[in-house]
Amino acid sequence: MAASRDKYSVLLPTYNERENLPLIVWLLMRSFEQSGNDFEIIVIDDGSPDGTQEIAEQLIKIYGSDKILLRPRAKKLGLGTAYVHGMKHATGNFIIIMDADLSHHPKFIPEFIRRQKEGNFDIVSGTRYKGNGGVHGWDVKRKLISRGANFLTQILLRPGASDLTGSFRLYKKEVLQKLIEKCVSKGYVFQMEMIVRARQLGYSIGEVPISFVDRVYGESKLGGNEIVSFLKGLLTLFATT
Amino acid sequence: MTKLLQWLLTLALLGATWATLTLNLLGLSPLPPAWYQVLWPLPTYLLVTFGCYSLGVVGYRLASFNDCEEAARELQAQIREARDDLARRGMKF
Ligand SMILES: Nc1nc2c(ncn2[C@@H]2O[C@H](COP(=O)(O)OP(=O)(O)OP(=O)(O)O)[C@@H](O)[C@H]2O)c(=O)[nH]1
Ligand SMILES: [Mg+2]
Repeated sequence: MAASRDKYSVLLPTYNERENLPLIVWLLMRSFEQSGNDFEIIVIDDGSPDGTQEIAEQLIKIYGSDKILLRPRAKKLGLGTAYVHGMKHATGNFIIIMDADLSHHPKFIPEFIRRQKEGNFDIVSGTRYKGNGGVHGWDVKRKLISRGANFLTQILLRPGASDLTGSFRLYKKEVLQKLIEKCVSKGYVFQMEMIVRARQLGYSIGEVPISFVDRVYGESKLGGNEIVSFLKGLLTLFATT
Repeated sequence: MTKLLQWLLTLALLGATWATLTLNLLGLSPLPPAWYQVLWPLPTYLLVTFGCYSLGVVGYRLASFNDCEEAARELQAQIREARDDLARRGMKF
């Protein structure tokens, strides 16, 4: 199919994802083989104690070291810097960022690519809040918090994208590079800041509805006082951007 | 200009306009009395309307939030398929 010179580098940050990694890689391989786009998968593992890297080595043996690249770091240094690290090794002109925990399904990637080409967008963002998008495995309380937080964010920041805290996105490589330089926040707020800064810098954003299925295996790494740090981050962006 | 400043500026402009009209700060000939009955409680009305709008929107979006049962089932099936295929290729989980 699509015979273009575009290459897509998928950045997969992992921390204790030994159960999920083979599955997400398998789904990615299948999705790309079906769509025919050129790609590579870059696994950025932060010294997971559960042996995620050993799993990655096995996957390299199965699929080849040109398709799967393991670029580990010695210890858990956080998501933002994981993307920076992964991007250094990326050879594609587009970067796809997604979680490795199966919440983000690779079947949407061909839609991201199509959408990007449609409008020559700088960024294509997956959205749980539009069209056929949605979530699975959330109770009413979590849905309410999510919807409430999203509404508040839309009112205060008018960001021009409907899903600010999601992290399933496709970027032109140079755009992601610029954005990451500018962004200072951590966690959820980091994803939010990326979109807000993108708007400031005049980048165009396309959207694709996605279904978000809550992780089946492994533990959530964020948590604790998520709401408090979200509100702090939101207010910081409100006052500074 | 930051979003905070935009908000403050807009609120200040609206507030000043409202105060000028209701308190007749410019000393012009007063508006017809019927106007004041609307003007005085206008900020409160707007606030309540906005609150109701917010509740309505969030409530509607909460109720219409897709549950993606089908996506979850499909994923479960694919996980089994992936396991089998990878095991065949020599993967040790
Ligand atoms: N390399 C690296 N990856 C990380 C780090 N923290 C989280 N990750 C990975 O980033 C992705 C998102 O993290 P999650 O823990 O799923 O965060 P979340 O999606 O907000 O929370 P849950 O899905 O509820 O667990 C996953 O693939 C994690 O393995 C980190 O410090 N370093
Ligand atoms: Mg997750």
